[in-house]
Amino acid sequence: MAIGDLALGQEQSKSAVEDAAKRVINDFSIQVATVNGSGSQSANSVLLKSIFGMGVPVSGKNLFPSNIAGLPTWFTIRASKDGYVARRKYIDILIAMNPETAREDILALPTHGVAIYDESLNLKQYRDDVVCYPVPFDKITAAVCPEAKLRKLVRNMVYVGVVAHLLNIEMTAVEAALKKQFAKKQKAMELNFGAVKAGAEYFAEKLTKQDPFVIERMDATAGKIIIDGNAASGLGAVFAGVTVVAWYPITPSTSVVEATIEYLKKFRVTEDGKATFAVVQAEDELAAIGMVLGAGWSGARSMTATSGPGISLMAEFSGLGYFAEIPGVIFDVQRTGPSTGMPTRTSQADLLSTAFLSHGDTKHVILLPGSVKECFEFGYSAFDLAERLQTPIFVLSDLDLGMNNWMSEPFLYPDKPLDRGKVLTADDLNRLGSFARYKDVDGDAIGYRTLPGTDHPKAAYFTRGSGHNESAGYTEKPEDYVNLMERLARKFETAATLVPKPVIEKNGTSKIGIIAYGTSHYAITESLDEIKKNYDLDVDYLRVRAYPFTDEVHEFVASHERIYVVEQNRDAQLASLLKLDLAAEQVTKLRSILHFNGLPMDAQSVTDELVTKEGL
Amino acid sequence: MATATATSPITPGPKVNRLGLPVLEYRGGKTTLCAGCGHNAISERIIDAMFEMGVQPERLMKLSGIGCSSKSPAYFMSRSHSFNSVHGRMPSVSTGAILGNHTMKALGVSGDGDTASIGMGQFVHLLRRNLPMIYIIEDNGVYGLTKGQFSATADLGSKLKTGVINDLPPIDTCSLAIQLGATFVGRSFSGDKKQLLTMLKAAIAHKGTVMLDVISPCVTFNDHEGSTKSYKFMQEHDEPINELGFVPSFEDIEVEYDHGTTLDVRMHDGSSLRLRKIREDYDPTDKIGSVKALMEAHEKGEVLTGIFYVDTQKPTFTDQLNLVDQPLSSLPESVIRPSREVLDKVMASLQ
Repeated sequence: MAIGDLALGQEQSKSAVEDAAKRVINDFSIQVATVNGSGSQSANSVLLKSIFGMGVPVSGKNLFPSNIAGLPTWFTIRASKDGYVARRKYIDILIAMNPETAREDILALPTHGVAIYDESLNLKQYRDDVVCYPVPFDKITAAVCPEAKLRKLVRNMVYVGVVAHLLNIEMTAVEAALKKQFAKKQKAMELNFGAVKAGAEYFAEKLTKQDPFVIERMDATAGKIIIDGNAASGLGAVFAGVTVVAWYPITPSTSVVEATIEYLKKFRVTEDGKATFAVVQAEDELAAIGMVLGAGWSGARSMTATSGPGISLMAEFSGLGYFAEIPGVIFDVQRTGPSTGMPTRTSQADLLSTAFLSHGDTKHVILLPGSVKECFEFGYSAFDLAERLQTPIFVLSDLDLGMNNWMSEPFLYPDKPLDRGKVLTADDLNRLGSFARYKDVDGDAIGYRTLPGTDHPKAAYFTRGSGHNESAGYTEKPEDYVNLMERLARKFETAATLVPKPVIEKNGTSKIGIIAYGTSHYAITESLDEIKKNYDLDVDYLRVRAYPFTDEVHEFVASHERIYVVEQNRDAQLASLLKLDLAAEQVTKLRSILHFNGLPMDAQSVTDELVTKEGL
Repeated sequence: MATATATSPITPGPKVNRLGLPVLEYRGGKTTLCAGCGHNAISERIIDAMFEMGVQPERLMKLSGIGCSSKSPAYFMSRSHSFNSVHGRMPSVSTGAILGNHTMKALGVSGDGDTASIGMGQFVHLLRRNLPMIYIIEDNGVYGLTKGQFSATADLGSKLKTGVINDLPPIDTCSLAIQLGATFVGRSFSGDKKQLLTMLKAAIAHKGTVMLDVISPCVTFNDHEGSTKSYKFMQEHDEPINELGFVPSFEDIEVEYDHGTTLDVRMHDGSSLRLRKIREDYDPTDKIGSVKALMEAHEKGEVLTGIFYVDTQKPTFTDQLNLVDQPLSSLPESVIRPSREVLDKVMASLQ
């Protein structure tokens, strides 16, 4: 079916009218193809928030290059009445703003897809089976934006207007989203709203709708927030009472610290203008984690945020933190590796290396948030755990969760006071007379510490990464070393009783289970619905939220015949970690579904692989 | 204090400092370094300086990296918290520790390998920040624990015991420190008790980064003929640039001095550092002149000692961060966790 450009008043073909009658409401995806550095981020954000304002569940994923300006970037918005927010394999509506990729972009559209593009690109020559809406973007922009230097930015708002009209998005919703975007910049607000209206008017006057896609008002977003995972982590850290932040910029974790700084400056400065925090942009990741441990040792709540290459550099210090038992929080927003890898693509491939980061018998506690809400919650509870367990705590999210916008229930205020762990004061020492830093007096394998500055002659102890006994004295005695290492292993067992438990969805009769963590969740939940609908198969699902694994994980494996471990890396890292933990007879139950192309996982890939492996 | 009576003979107690503490309270564990190691002499001077200056041991943090020198904090001031970290990374640990509690004094002990080779990256950034701490390099030009390889401060042409000649130029940590932002820079020799003790006392009174390079001969691997870091070489080539005098703030003494030949530097705590000029034209407040003097001495084969550079005006790193007075480590929950209303406000802004 050929659908070409349609001028106003042109007769519509019968089939096009029929297509339009089959309306697709609140269930499609839009892809904006632009050049990075062209200021499309604001326009995309306004478009996403306009749909959100219409009460329709929505998610946005930014696929961007490791480059400052000039390379292609794609932003995908998914509207889903059922609340699915995973990446979809195919898109429905293309907004082709990048001449460089326009041909490739339109060729990727499925049949009956929609393409909006600058009329000079003449994209209809490549596809006669998609709906084409050519728009003279430059002409429209010039009319509403007299200032030539602003036109590049304003041009993007024109497509927001075109799409708003195309999909029936109410102009009040667009206006509200613009107001949020340009909070106090009245002039920018007016200019951009002018561009939006001009885009909408152009469509109304010159084009005729030929496609089935519409947004209809729902009530599924009331009270919900939109935030990216990195900002949520930063907010969590601020509510944890973080006092020392040391970091080195690295994609995709930079915005964790940027958000932290922004919130700290807003909410953690005293009335007389003094800071209740210190932020240091360190010279590298080695220094960043060194500062975190120095601060943790002296009693501050300290954190850093990094990604693959940075976490590799932090290995030696991580071992020191583990062995000398020093608190600190390390956010690792995972990107693809090895080496530089693809810095702007997502992955879950740091799990194994982080679990055992550093030489010797090192084992770290890891938190695995799967939502922006958990980024916030683990963002503050990580600090409690670090001080309770006196060890570095790693929080592993990924680029997809960290840098994309997600809808969420509003975050709840922490329900427990800060846990500062076992710290002896001068008064305690007066009562006790003395203490041994590394002695397990409570049976939980965690000793008591004192902070530098404690005004008591018996307060001091010597912290070292070399062999030490219960009194923190240097030792090379075999039995001292064995005692220490065994206690650290017992402490890891204590950790398993304190970390977040997994989230389990099961019906009690299914023989098949899925185990996954983090952002794989969104593709999995959608896939499970697809499998139920198309194959009438129930699959149970456990989402791991921390390492060490808790008893529930072992029970879940024991109670199923086959377990599919779904994760975003080549080497089945979560499955490997599980195999180290599980009883021998349970290990053979594990199978892997792996997704590692750098793009967020999609439901269809999970479904296809699972049903193939199940022989359905 | 008990009053002596005629019937009880007076036995004088040990000498105490202004805090009423005997020097014993400033001692540490038994050294495991070689007998005659220069580092042990430096530890002794640290003990003396801390005792004489009346530093409360609990108000000091000791920090170090890895190596013979970095072990030495175990051998002085057991009543102070100490952190023996990883190789070349003491500056970052110190930075974090000081940020956690900026009301403490901090003393870092490093070596020439720990600073000028593996630690160079962190060292230069510590200097840039003017972090309020005393940073001592116990400099013997070799790696002791791995049995005597050259470090980056070894002079060109100096010889190892094995006969290997060093063919790379040394890094002058003092020039570097002056150029990069340290505000109190000096070099001394572990064998010069008086100079080193005075320097350390002045260092304790200073607020920014104190960088002291202390030549500290390694009796086992670098004290032979052909070494430029040996006792003999230092005794022959040590060229003091100034004579040091120090009057602590708590000793209310008026000492006469000649304004023409002595520079009186008022330290942060009100103490006076008196630098009697040995070279007529040397001004320790002139950054460029200090570096020039060091480079010229090096060309002549002299080892210049003394205090090369002092700046008591430059803000420290913690000043720049505008921190609350109380240590960050002890701020209560009410101060560091924002209220429920704040979270509600943030949530509302995201809807």
